[in-house]
Amino acid sequence: MLLVLLLLPMCWAVEVKRPRGVSLTNHHFYDESKPFTCLDGSASVPFDQVNDDYCDCKDGSDEPGTAACPNGSFHCTNTGYKPLYISSRWVNDGVCDCCDGTDEYNSGIVCENTCKEKGRKERETLQQMAEVTREGFRLKKILIEDWKRAREEKQKKLTELQAGKKSLEDQVELLRTLKEEAEKPEKEAKDQHRKLWEEQLAASKAQREQELATSAFQELDDDMDGAVSVAELQTHPELDTDGDGALSEGEAQTLLGGDTQTDAASFSDRIWAAIRDKYRSEVLPTDLPSPSAPALTEPKEEQPLGPSQPAEEEDEEEEETEEEEGGEEGEDEDSQETPPPVVPPQTVSPTEEDKMPPYDEQTQAFINAAQEARNKFEEAERSLKDVEESIRNLEQEISFDFGPNGEFAYLYSQCYELTTNEYVYRLCPFKLVSQKPKLGGSPTSLGTWGSWAGPDHDKFSAMKYEQGTGCWQGPNRSTTVRLLCGKETVVTSTTEPSRCEYLMELMTPAACPEPPPEPPASGNRDEL
Amino acid sequence: MDAAEKISVEDEAVDKKIFKDCSKIAFYRRQKQRLSKKSTYRALLDSVTEGKESTRFQIINEAAKVPLLAEVYGIEGNIFRLKINEEAPLKPRYEVPDVLTSKPSTVRLISCSGDTGSLVLANGKGDLKCHITANPFKIDLVSEEEVVMSINSLGQLYFEQLQIPPKQSRATKENEEDTSDDTTQENQEELGLWEEKFRNFVDVKDNGPASIGLDFSLHGFEHVYGIPQHAESHQLKNTSDGDAYRLYNLDVYGYKIHDKMGIYGSVPYLLAHKLGRTLGIFWLNASETLVEINTEPAVKYALTQMGPVAAKEKGRSQTDVHWMSESGIIDVFLLTGPTPSDVFKQYSYLTGTQAMPPLFSLGYHQCRWNYKDEHDVKAVDAGFDEHDIPYDVMWLDIEHTEGKRYFTWDKKRFPNPKRMQELLRSKKRKLVVISDPHIKIDPDYLVYAKAKEQGFFVRNHEGGDFEGVCWPGLSSYLDFTSPKVREWYSSLFAFSVYQGSTDILYIWNDMNEPSVFRGPELTMQKNAIHHGNWEHRELHNIYGFYQQMATAEGLIQRSKGKERPFVLTRSFFAGSQKYGAVWTGDNTAEWSYLKISIPMLLTLSVTGISFCGADVGGFIGNPEAELLVRWYQAGAYQPFFRGHATKNTKRREPWLFGEEHTRLIQEAIRERYALLPYWYSLFYSAHVASQPVMRPLWVEFPDELETFSVEDEYMLGSALLVHPVTEPKATVVDVFLPGSSEVWYDSKTFAHWEGACTVKIPVALDTIPVFQRGGSVVPIKTTIGRSTGCMTDSPYGLWVALSTKGSAVGEFYLDDGHSFQYLHQKQFLHRKFSFTSGVLINSCADKRGHYPSKCVVEQILVLGLKKHPSSVTSHSPDGKLDGFWITAQFLT
Repeated sequence: MLLVLLLLPMCWAVEVKRPRGVSLTNHHFYDESKPFTCLDGSASVPFDQVNDDYCDCKDGSDEPGTAACPNGSFHCTNTGYKPLYISSRWVNDGVCDCCDGTDEYNSGIVCENTCKEKGRKERETLQQMAEVTREGFRLKKILIEDWKRAREEKQKKLTELQAGKKSLEDQVELLRTLKEEAEKPEKEAKDQHRKLWEEQLAASKAQREQELATSAFQELDDDMDGAVSVAELQTHPELDTDGDGALSEGEAQTLLGGDTQTDAASFSDRIWAAIRDKYRSEVLPTDLPSPSAPALTEPKEEQPLGPSQPAEEEDEEEEETEEEEGGEEGEDEDSQETPPPVVPPQTVSPTEEDKMPPYDEQTQAFINAAQEARNKFEEAERSLKDVEESIRNLEQEISFDFGPNGEFAYLYSQCYELTTNEYVYRLCPFKLVSQKPKLGGSPTSLGTWGSWAGPDHDKFSAMKYEQGTGCWQGPNRSTTVRLLCGKETVVTSTTEPSRCEYLMELMTPAACPEPPPEPPASGNRDEL
Repeated sequence: MDAAEKISVEDEAVDKKIFKDCSKIAFYRRQKQRLSKKSTYRALLDSVTEGKESTRFQIINEAAKVPLLAEVYGIEGNIFRLKINEEAPLKPRYEVPDVLTSKPSTVRLISCSGDTGSLVLANGKGDLKCHITANPFKIDLVSEEEVVMSINSLGQLYFEQLQIPPKQSRATKENEEDTSDDTTQENQEELGLWEEKFRNFVDVKDNGPASIGLDFSLHGFEHVYGIPQHAESHQLKNTSDGDAYRLYNLDVYGYKIHDKMGIYGSVPYLLAHKLGRTLGIFWLNASETLVEINTEPAVKYALTQMGPVAAKEKGRSQTDVHWMSESGIIDVFLLTGPTPSDVFKQYSYLTGTQAMPPLFSLGYHQCRWNYKDEHDVKAVDAGFDEHDIPYDVMWLDIEHTEGKRYFTWDKKRFPNPKRMQELLRSKKRKLVVISDPHIKIDPDYLVYAKAKEQGFFVRNHEGGDFEGVCWPGLSSYLDFTSPKVREWYSSLFAFSVYQGSTDILYIWNDMNEPSVFRGPELTMQKNAIHHGNWEHRELHNIYGFYQQMATAEGLIQRSKGKERPFVLTRSFFAGSQKYGAVWTGDNTAEWSYLKISIPMLLTLSVTGISFCGADVGGFIGNPEAELLVRWYQAGAYQPFFRGHATKNTKRREPWLFGEEHTRLIQEAIRERYALLPYWYSLFYSAHVASQPVMRPLWVEFPDELETFSVEDEYMLGSALLVHPVTEPKATVVDVFLPGSSEVWYDSKTFAHWEGACTVKIPVALDTIPVFQRGGSVVPIKTTIGRSTGCMTDSPYGLWVALSTKGSAVGEFYLDDGHSFQYLHQKQFLHRKFSFTSGVLINSCADKRGHYPSKCVVEQILVLGLKKHPSSVTSHSPDGKLDGFWITAQFLT
């Protein structure tokens, strides 16, 4: 059960002729000849309970002039300035809230009436604002016209480009066919050339082998009897096959194919191939050519270097690990200076005859013709790409949402800067926002264009730039740009209300609303 | 870029490697190692002398042979004091000054010798006795023939006597036999006698080992509380499985919860409670201190022969408390209760009561690191009015200064601090700015230059000014332990000295553990030197206490002794309650930190510090809207109510989380403001009668065992039970309503329950479970203004909740809210309300007080009437009530 008592000194009851805290518009609800009905209709009380400092109505309407109701409103007339509703809890709380001071009638403090002064200032500000708005709006209309024209021009250009693009495409196709036709004979001639060269190379290699065999045979044939015997072969212990360091009779015989001796012809045909890798010449140990013939060095064609990409990365990682483990031994294999010991020294450098001879005139002519066709084709392809790029840019710009009438379009390719104590802030509308230390250093991105970000009814009053440089242990930087009406386009302030969330203000005529049809009269007006 | 940016400890979650655990503390290792080699002390009772104040006798350790001097004092209000010191130390040992409010009045103890080998000291009435046994040395505290506490019954008395350093002693060694057997090189490392290493730091100890220790066995006690500050449960836990509770003031950013490591402040005071008895042990020592707790419950579970069935074995419960300190003397006060209220009075008799806060400081405080500039301050201030949310105090963190030079203003951001304060003043609001103990080393900074010139800084071991890194970069630290330094520091707050300050500016002391960014455990080297040539190790835990003392004194002096100060401090010690408020430091925006704030504040409250709070929302990190709302709801019912957030968090002023959440936060803050008359009356009771404002249930229900471990709800005064919601997406909370003869009323729905039961309370996001206890009267404000100053004349209401017997009592205190006139001119009103047999009587509770007030009581809510009243009338003894008229409205 709940019991509510009210203890109140009578002297607090306020004489009510014009109820305190009631606005002019609501005055007729407070008729002292009738009981008062709460404005929400929830109850009806005798009129002397209006402003008696006790709350009767749920909506607080019976106490417009006291602080008794938690949800009541007190109306200040503020003659000379704007009328105002304040929370009725602020009545008589010792703080002057109304410029006419009517909210503090019983708190012991004296509030100066500042309405006149505030009204004068407000009028000045409003006049200035109105002037700015008028001028800004005039400029805005020009901006809109400019964009209309610019847009038409751009549209025209776009159409032209699109038309041009078609013929360019045809040309590219034509040039591609020409190129391909020119490349056919080129390829054939080049292949032929290479084949010839490779045959030559093979022949000369065979001949070299034959010469080596012959000279080895002569070396082995110690008694010059035109045959190499088992004993003669045994003078070359490096030919050992079982790894004991000596060439036994049996081994030698096996090498000779089971015979006790061999003549020059069959030595060169059958036996040389088996022993050539181990055989050490008695004369010049370095004379032997490498078993793995030197890489064919070709004049033109590029050879991919090293193994495939991922393998290479792995190698690098391994190397790093090795280096960390402290040795400088793990050098890159490509740069190894000493070959494995078993392989005979191979200092044979590519000789003249290893290089492919220059193309003959005929082939070279084919190549030149093909190259010219390729160049022409590529050039055409580049122009096509350029045109496509221009088209894309134009399409993007034309279709960009530059506001209801395109008034913001003029900002598209501009940048604006604001210098503060520490930083230079740079806003390139519809592109990005950045911040750069004044005393040098690289810029930090405060976000790239995201979207219009004003409230639903006023979408074009703010822009949002997102996904800037990440903050240390925090979010990516972002910036909201508020657009304010002004005669000029200028960034007026930049703040960081929350960490890494920036707020920038940009003045622009494009943000100016249409001023009221008639400029405000400068006569005496009590209420603004 | 300034140094602080580079140093920046922020955002590092607490790195436990920076801080020591017990195994890294040499004196802990020494005591553990040596106490295991049992060598007991014996009292030489033939040496007893009875002085004017104390009874003295020697105690001697058979191994050490050098006697110690023990003194037992009887102190007014059923307190015993035991001091143990070296009889003739090489040089004086540190005894903590300035904590006891005055020299406690002693009462003569009557000695009646017991058997041979014992001595009995009794108080005048003879109901309290100290029974001293000679061999082994032991003291039993006997109350009405019941032994409630034994001292040294476990033989853990430990006292390292000061020695001559080994270099010197080697020179004299030929003559004297070296008694110490463990100064060998390898032992030195382990025992840290003359040098102690931790990470890269070496603590060189000129005085050598000087630690002390003593054990206390509490008979029949299973519940112990106190020894803040730890992010731990209210009831102290058994430490036998892990680290001891550590008391060592440290700056631990984002401290870990449920941990016994030391954080910002220390009160070496422990309370024990059982049915029928509450005790206190106040260990007056300001050096690093460790407390081990070992509780043996009464009911033991043992395996029987029948198998793994637990069988109850009834035994006598006991809690052993083992105190160890690095230095100083043993100086311990035994508070014998017997009730919780008696123990609170006994403790405040020694250390002082809670300062009476200015009324504004009980309102809501809005803080952030940092409100950037005057414009920002203006906008936030306007935001509160725009959203009609009351608040009283705007706060400015370190960035308001010129390069973290305290007592200065950043001229670019705060070009006109007085204008800014005038704006706040016009709404009857206040400003709090920060002032830390580190002073930037900069000869052009006047505060530095003056302090340097006069030798006011703490010195390093080598004798130069101590230099450490903190917010401003390299800094020196004011030596607040010196009365001269304090006097000078206080003078800096004079309006003529502190440029840009006005009488609505108050102070916040932060980083005063002291925090030293590159120091050992982020604090000062223990061998730094203070006033009187005392090493920092002797007084580390009291450094912050002294800064707050000097700040509060400065604020009093600037008003020529007229106005009450408000000073918030992060570091504190026993007695800090005399100087202002304390908060729980750098907490985190997580539900678990909201939850732990309750036991942390309850612990502070029972150790004398009633004016305490935790940062609403959590200092570190970004709370989601629900957590923020719940935190505001909890904070509205905690004594110090401040929203705060660290630098890199998102803005979180109450209106930034959507309309619905704004409304909920507004609601919570308004509830706080409605209850301000009750809060203020509770603080008066804390101030004059030593009763904590925020009370654990066991304090109000000391005879109900079920309340002893409760820490998710608490009493605000004796009338309101608060159970904040600390879980996400809660739809129901289990509220325990204690007291079998009690009745409880939901403060919003007025639903009521019988006590001694747990009820399931459904909760929505706007629910703050608060219950009024039947039998209480709570004074409130019926209309809420935008700040406490704006509500001075607004009317009052009374919530009368009837007990099962249909009665209720309550008190109400009122004064001007800001001056000392309540004290010096007795300008206050202290009223008592009692409701019996259908009559509510408003009478005077303290006839000495007078205070004129325009205020009226406009609403009286009576809960629990059995019948509809047929009429309501009012009477006044002087008949002056003519002018009152009455309407009655009945709700059922």
